[in-house]
Amino acid sequence: MNTDLLQLLCFYLFGGVAVIGALMVISVKNSVHAVLSLVLTFFSMACVWLLAEAEFLAIALVVVYVGAVMVLFLFVVMMLDIKQEVVREGFIRYLPVGIVVALVMLAEMLAMIGVKSMATQTLGPNPAGESNVAWLGQALYTEFLLPFEIAALILTVGIVAAVALTLRQRLGVRHQSAGQQVAVKATDRVRVVKVPVERPASVSPAPVVAPPQENAP
Amino acid sequence: MITLSHYIVLGAILFCIAVAGLFINRKNVIVLLMAIELMLLAVNTNFVAFSRFFGDVGGQVFVFFILTVAAAESAIGLAILVLLFRNRSTINVAEIDSMKG
Repeated sequence: MNTDLLQLLCFYLFGGVAVIGALMVISVKNSVHAVLSLVLTFFSMACVWLLAEAEFLAIALVVVYVGAVMVLFLFVVMMLDIKQEVVREGFIRYLPVGIVVALVMLAEMLAMIGVKSMATQTLGPNPAGESNVAWLGQALYTEFLLPFEIAALILTVGIVAAVALTLRQRLGVRHQSAGQQVAVKATDRVRVVKVPVERPASVSPAPVVAPPQENAP
Repeated sequence: MITLSHYIVLGAILFCIAVAGLFINRKNVIVLLMAIELMLLAVNTNFVAFSRFFGDVGGQVFVFFILTVAAAESAIGLAILVLLFRNRSTINVAEIDSMKG
């Protein structure tokens, strides 16, 4: 089979699956199913990116999005106890306006960007040469080094912010602190109090707590 | 033969689906976050396509940074969502009005 035709068929296949997955994301009842549909969409789009010979980004999309972000979404969806019928309220009411806005926006976009003129742009030789990763990495570590460092900083801030937001101090919960248990000394446990054996004679006996024998002359 | 317009049209379709998702899922913050991820995916597709067809590495580098920022954004967004559900017991957008904005 002709290679170009095969590529076009693969594009339509993966693009169609991606669009169907995206439609399922916004329309299915169950949130878990929506997350799984989004995984399907990301995976298909990674295949589409592979067709554009962006290999590193396609693999990064699968690893970062499908492997990390979507699992995080799935974790949160399963952790939260969501009432589906409440969540689905207003779905039918907003459905026409959503469809109309989307269709109008799509028509405007397609009219604005000029699909016809872009259809003459065909896939030329790969500008990356042999290795997409080398192409991307050389630009990333020379020309875009400062943005690369800033991206690392953003990820660090993201981690700290996520931990700081979800950290909570529970009140009324008894914890066992091993450090304090190990560091304890005998003097912390037992305190020896010197008590005089006999009372001074001049002190008048206490009326209530004193035993009756002491009151006798 | 795959042309540039194939990629652009696919990106536009995905973006419009995401916009429709923002409109019709007014009650579920999780689906709203997923629609935002879909939008980012559509934009990234455009970047990848232009980078490939015009031979400029900047587009793919930009996709790299968008992926980074989107990962941080979704992590913080889900943390806020967990916090919100813990305090208010709802993820309904209409009921999150305590700031009276």
